[in-house]
Amino acid sequence: MKKTILTVGGGLAGIEASKTLADMGYSVSIIEKENDLGGKVNQWHQLFPDFRESSDVQDYIKQSTGSKDIMVFPGTEIASIEKKDNGFYVKSNKAVAFDIDAILLATGFEIFAAERKEEFGYGIYDNVITSVDLEQKFRKGGQFYNAGGKVPKRIAFIHCVGSRDAKTGNHYCSKVCCITGIKQAIELAKLIPGVEIFCFYMDLRMYGLEYEELYKTAQEKYGIQFIRGRLSEASENIDNSILIKCEDTLSGRPLKMNVDLVVLLVGMEAGEGTQNAGTICNVEFGSQRFISCRDAHLRRNLTTRDGIFTAGTCTGPMSIPETLENARSAALEIHKYLSEK
Amino acid sequence: MNRYLPELFTLPFIIGTVYFLILVITRFVRWFLGLSKIDKIRVWKGLRTRKTWQSVKDSVREGLLHRSIFKVNPRLGYMHMSLAFGWFLLIVIGHIETMWVEGSVHFPIYNSIFHRYFYTEHPSSFTGQFFATLMDFILLFVLSGVFLAFLKRFSSSVFGMQRSTKLKSGDRIALISLWFIFPLRFLAESITAGYYHNGGVVSQSVGKLLASGFDLEKFIYPSWTAYSLAIGFFLIALPNSRYMHIPAEIFYIFLRNYGVKLKRRINSYTNVQVFSCSRCGICLDACQMNVAGIRTQSVYMLKNIRNHNLTDDVLFNCLLCGRCQQTCPVGIELNDLRITQRIESTRQYNSSYDYLREGKIEKSKVIYFAGCMTHLTPGIKESMKKIFHVAGIQYWFMDEEKAPCCGRPLMQAGQFDAAEKLIHNNRQKILGSGADTLVVSCPICYKVFYEDYALPNIKVVHHSEFILDLIEKGKIEAANENKRMIYHDPCELGRGSNIYDQPREVLRRYGRLVPIAEEKENSLCCGGSLSNINIPMEKRDVIMNYALDSYKEYDPDMLVTSCPLCKKTFARGNKLEVKDIAEVVAENLSDVSRHNDKKSVHSSKAQLV
Amino acid sequence: MIDFGYKIAETRTIDYEQFDGRLLEFVLENERSFVKCLSCGGCTATCSAGNLIDFNIRKINLFLRRGSLEELSKEIDKCMLCGKCVLVCPRDINIRNVVMLIKKGIVKFNNEQISS
Repeated sequence: MKKTILTVGGGLAGIEASKTLADMGYSVSIIEKENDLGGKVNQWHQLFPDFRESSDVQDYIKQSTGSKDIMVFPGTEIASIEKKDNGFYVKSNKAVAFDIDAILLATGFEIFAAERKEEFGYGIYDNVITSVDLEQKFRKGGQFYNAGGKVPKRIAFIHCVGSRDAKTGNHYCSKVCCITGIKQAIELAKLIPGVEIFCFYMDLRMYGLEYEELYKTAQEKYGIQFIRGRLSEASENIDNSILIKCEDTLSGRPLKMNVDLVVLLVGMEAGEGTQNAGTICNVEFGSQRFISCRDAHLRRNLTTRDGIFTAGTCTGPMSIPETLENARSAALEIHKYLSEK
Repeated sequence: MNRYLPELFTLPFIIGTVYFLILVITRFVRWFLGLSKIDKIRVWKGLRTRKTWQSVKDSVREGLLHRSIFKVNPRLGYMHMSLAFGWFLLIVIGHIETMWVEGSVHFPIYNSIFHRYFYTEHPSSFTGQFFATLMDFILLFVLSGVFLAFLKRFSSSVFGMQRSTKLKSGDRIALISLWFIFPLRFLAESITAGYYHNGGVVSQSVGKLLASGFDLEKFIYPSWTAYSLAIGFFLIALPNSRYMHIPAEIFYIFLRNYGVKLKRRINSYTNVQVFSCSRCGICLDACQMNVAGIRTQSVYMLKNIRNHNLTDDVLFNCLLCGRCQQTCPVGIELNDLRITQRIESTRQYNSSYDYLREGKIEKSKVIYFAGCMTHLTPGIKESMKKIFHVAGIQYWFMDEEKAPCCGRPLMQAGQFDAAEKLIHNNRQKILGSGADTLVVSCPICYKVFYEDYALPNIKVVHHSEFILDLIEKGKIEAANENKRMIYHDPCELGRGSNIYDQPREVLRRYGRLVPIAEEKENSLCCGGSLSNINIPMEKRDVIMNYALDSYKEYDPDMLVTSCPLCKKTFARGNKLEVKDIAEVVAENLSDVSRHNDKKSVHSSKAQLV
Repeated sequence: MIDFGYKIAETRTIDYEQFDGRLLEFVLENERSFVKCLSCGGCTATCSAGNLIDFNIRKINLFLRRGSLEELSKEIDKCMLCGKCVLVCPRDINIRNVVMLIKKGIVKFNNEQISS
């Protein structure tokens, strides 16, 4: 009889791992708390570092769920779990329950709620938006206006919003926001000819291949400027433009600037879904509320409980290719585990 | 034997009493001489007024009956009272008994202290027996207190208290001799009563018991000697121990009623207060830094001041939240004492604010001073702007762009001279604008503007008071969303400035206030206090979470406060939605705003966690 | 010999061998969190005094680290102790205590020099 797996989370990682497992001959059920599959990828417009259309990835996901060995349960969440013989018995919040041999947690991340950094004015000033809001604006397309209906002449990107910050409790670096910022800065420079764009950073984390090159392109081709200094407060002028105050640490003097739009590069957090599912499954969490890997170097997809695995950003920030690789690796680990049983 | 010659055994008592009286009186005189001129005048003037009688009453109420301790902790109050009042009764009623037996008032004082030794006749009359038994019961009353004190030293949880204060060697001698005094007296009286049958019901019974096992006669003199030695030791140790608080507290009560004030420079009034601390430990319990494992509470600071070993680590590690001052049964001005010490410690620090310039001044009837912290919580700033706009008030936003700090954080750190310069600079601007009202968003600023700035003809109000005024005058309309709110009293606004009701009056019109156990004068501190210079951030989080968790138990829809620092501190905990009172009001104003409708919709979406 | 008024030009190179670490050690003994500073500049950006005059708290922390004591003593007097820097620091450094300790250390070392 086919062995069965329950995947908690129908985003990129969950679907990729499930498809890989189905191809290997397993029967997979995916429960996803939203009504649509695909997770956060559905919100993106173009992907770094090469401006690939996110619809390519979304199409890839749609194809993956067509298999007859994958059953999808939208609007469903995990409610309780019991160990049963050699597997698990999982009850959900809907009428359906699952008798499975292994569980894969692919509950993903949540976006940092920028209102928590009150001094940046998100939710208070109209012209302060997050990178996620900006992607939405890109998807809508058309002429780009700020909240006041004006074509911005000057835009500021603020790095490390909610990450690397003891005040929000997220001490870690969220990895992908710097490259997101540069990507979006270039997109804006393309959309609005002649716009001045400034990126306010503490460090620039261009860790991946082509990332550092993109940074260089941003400077050379699009004239994007980089100021090393952490934003301390933003306030609003009469005409709705935003006055930002930071220090230009490299020249050693405070700097203030009026901009028409502020984009906050918000980080990834371990969301409520991960907290709930992980607590119910009784796996260990790390200090930053992501699920702990049993072996951070050698076996990243294992949790502290046998039979429960992870894929994707529920263990930490990842980019899309990294998520896909991690998901495939999870499938392999599950296969190894189920073969040995 | 001639009863009027002092027997040798009374010598320790006599020496002790004389030493005690000389030391205490010279200390009082020195303290009085060390007062400032104006305070000395106040005392002289006050001596012949009703204040003296009031002080006597207060001394009885507090020094003997310990009413204030009773209110906070009945068991602890009983312990202190039984020792103080009980001993007082022993002396007074013992004296009356001796007067009655002698038939006159002319006898040496040690006769009544060692009454049962000197008057060995069995009391035949009813009055005599009544006195004897009464004295027995008073002694039992005191002994119950001694027993409780003994227990408290080893297990303070019996009193529902978390910890007990630690002892120095002078304190130990005094404490142990104090513990011995009354049991030894009981022993001596019982032994004497067992031999001479001159005691009351209790001492007679115990004496009979002892007589059945021992030959009592030869124990009489030694037991009274031991008693005398115990008293002598205690009285000699007292002026050099914490028990100096007994006379000091009485002296303090008198001085305080005469209107003597604490000064910024350390003078003898500071010492009077420092020595009045009875080490009861109530401040330890009230202090929230307990939960963070910090041991720098007021009682330790006062001990360190007495022993001249106060370190900056202890001195600057205090939130100055006022909870200890609130509950101190002696009424010591703990916050001001600490600040006085901080002034002393930072006397040589340099500051220079020559760079402060006059700056531009706008003419306006109303000035709005947001405060440094409010710039980091723009929700409050924007809400106030909206409220001003809707109410149609023309105002000058004084510190919108460039303004120095109000000066109070410098004062809390002991640097009053430096703060003067900031105060001067701000004052010029305020007076120059011709305003009659100064609206302040931050309670820290509010306190210094109200108390120290000396702004004649200008009403200084916190924004919650101002908003209440606007509502009552009909300039803005309230809208009740019926949400369950807990109001957190900021330390600086509540205990610091006595503003408890105005914010609540405002909030009642906007939601349902949930009554909580620790509110108003007993409110908790958020932990964010600027007055604590060296506490690590993790410990602040412990204090903050303690407060947040206790609020969470009431399951409110939101936590409302009126201080930007409290708001920022609680928001860090990320457990409850926190709003300032101005934000609650601004969100529920009618839809008049200087931008189009989109803005007001957007603002009402703001979920400030 | 005629004095033409020439001096040997001094470079601005920080010579770490001339490092005077007394003040830094004193501060670190009492406020350990100071070591975490990554010089992001958030403190200077929000500083009340920095808004009014050339006062740079981040630079002061850096001077402390490099042992540049003369610059330090002149600059540190300008701080108003308002505490905004502590509220924005992403590494949770108690900058206000660092300032107080620098002031205390300057007094202490000056007194030591006078008495020695």
